[in-house]
Amino acid sequence: MSIELKNVTYTYSPGTAYEIHALKDINLNIPDGQFIGVIGHTGSGKSTLIQHLNALIRPTSGTILYNGEDVWAEKYDRRSLRSQVGLVFQYPEHQLFESDVLSDVCFGPMNQGMSREEAEKEAKKALLQVGFKEKNFSKSPFELSGGQKKRVAIAGVLAMNPKILILDEPTAGLDPKGRDEILDQIAELHKVRGITIILVSHSMEDVAKYVERLIVVNHGEIAFDDTPRKVFAHYQELETMGLAAPQITYIMHALKEKGLDVDPDATTVEEAAKDILRTLKETGSPLLKGGHNDD
Amino acid sequence: MGIIKALKVGFDYFKYDDDGNIQETQRAVDDVSVDIQEGEFVAILGHNGSGKSTFAKHINALLLPTEGTVWIDKMDTLKEPELWKIRQKAGMVFQNPDNQIIGTVVEEDVGFGPENMGVPTEDIWKRVEESLSKTGMTAYRHHSPNKLSGGQKQRVAIAGVMAMRPRCIVLDEPTAMLDPNGRKEVLDAVHQLNRQEKVTVVLITHYMEEVIQADHVYVMDEGHVVMEGTPREIFSQVETLKKYRLDVPQVTLLAHELKKSGVDLPDGILTTEELVNALCQ
Repeated sequence: MSIELKNVTYTYSPGTAYEIHALKDINLNIPDGQFIGVIGHTGSGKSTLIQHLNALIRPTSGTILYNGEDVWAEKYDRRSLRSQVGLVFQYPEHQLFESDVLSDVCFGPMNQGMSREEAEKEAKKALLQVGFKEKNFSKSPFELSGGQKKRVAIAGVLAMNPKILILDEPTAGLDPKGRDEILDQIAELHKVRGITIILVSHSMEDVAKYVERLIVVNHGEIAFDDTPRKVFAHYQELETMGLAAPQITYIMHALKEKGLDVDPDATTVEEAAKDILRTLKETGSPLLKGGHNDD
Repeated sequence: MGIIKALKVGFDYFKYDDDGNIQETQRAVDDVSVDIQEGEFVAILGHNGSGKSTFAKHINALLLPTEGTVWIDKMDTLKEPELWKIRQKAGMVFQNPDNQIIGTVVEEDVGFGPENMGVPTEDIWKRVEESLSKTGMTAYRHHSPNKLSGGQKQRVAIAGVMAMRPRCIVLDEPTAMLDPNGRKEVLDAVHQLNRQEKVTVVLITHYMEEVIQADHVYVMDEGHVVMEGTPREIFSQVETLKKYRLDVPQVTLLAHELKKSGVDLPDGILTTEELVNALCQ
């Protein structure tokens, strides 16, 4: 089970004055069960890229294989592909339209051919899995807060039981706690359901914390594809692409430059705290007096 | 009295039933008093639904208080004849750049505000030129706004507000939809306006890093102002902020974690430089 892109190129308005090469000769393999982050500045081509993954866009040239089959072959069932590769768009809360939450989440599975009864079962499971409380199931989607709306929208895709879940900036506009809650729940889904997660994000801190593989898109090409640690080690190149590294990366590099023996590739607060403590202990730093040292 | 003053402001949202009768009242802002001086850079933090945007809309009289009073440059927003004067003093920039750009060419979009105010044509062009230069968008004056990046669009929106020559500008999560570069462009533009033009800035944001250079920070929760102070005073209280569903910049959190493990560091470290200096004395 995997998605494979072979020499995928996409051109907007080919042959006109407005011709733009949004994707250039992309080769990418997405095996089952990974938690992948995608970053790139606005206009880098990352949205075009993810829309290829569930055949919303047909490549100008190149091939997209899902489980080894060409999704643009004549007899290929793209409808079924789209329920296996679920896409949650940016600002998914704008796409809620039913009169109550449960019906909204039932829409997808019913569209797949499930009865209302079966769909409700899937919908309830999905809503609970994204942390949406049962007492709010009959509320109008328009009465909900931003974070709740996003959960409902994610549940709407999840209820179709996708094998791959793609989320385009699911936390834009949420407060810090709401952001952490949604991302924690996505990570939990990844663990419990074992589905592949592809997270498009503008927050370097979030991708550093959650994903195992980070793909950087720049000018329609894949600039980096590696673990977040290794990708953020190229922070100066990322800056020239309109991106950045998490603040932690900058701190660790600055400490290293000042002669403190720290791991410059640490990308999360936990990693950094542990590593700085280790160094301070090893050098017998005077900063480490009192406190509650374990050793 | 500062340029923006609110005294015991309360605001209710009403929910109506099918017959138009009030079914439910919801207090979005409750007993909020602030006094913001001319030229200050003020940030408002608060979780989704804390009332910060509702309060911000009182500053340019988009909403009028149910209780209490708001004065903008000594004008009471409840006194209707002064509404237009108030809106010219206090401009507003919203989250989504695509919702606030109306012109088909950048310079026309920026000129819309002053034209609407009845500014003579030659003055409009002068103001457009000034505003574009202040936000670093002069090179794009003949471009179509929908071909710009998010950060550029927000700078056009800010230029549009600046062309009305306001004394203060309220930005409601102006960077929520932008990539890191766009965020930086917009913040740099806002700081420059504050420093060079002495425009009073009220910035609402969920990015804690954007707050550290503010003069004063208000934290809102359930319609109330629950904390206020300098960024250092606010961010020293990591646990309290978490209670209000907020966060601190990563560097502050790292310092906090190190301190908990027994490292002797000062409270409320806000920048990479401060932490590096404290660790490498």
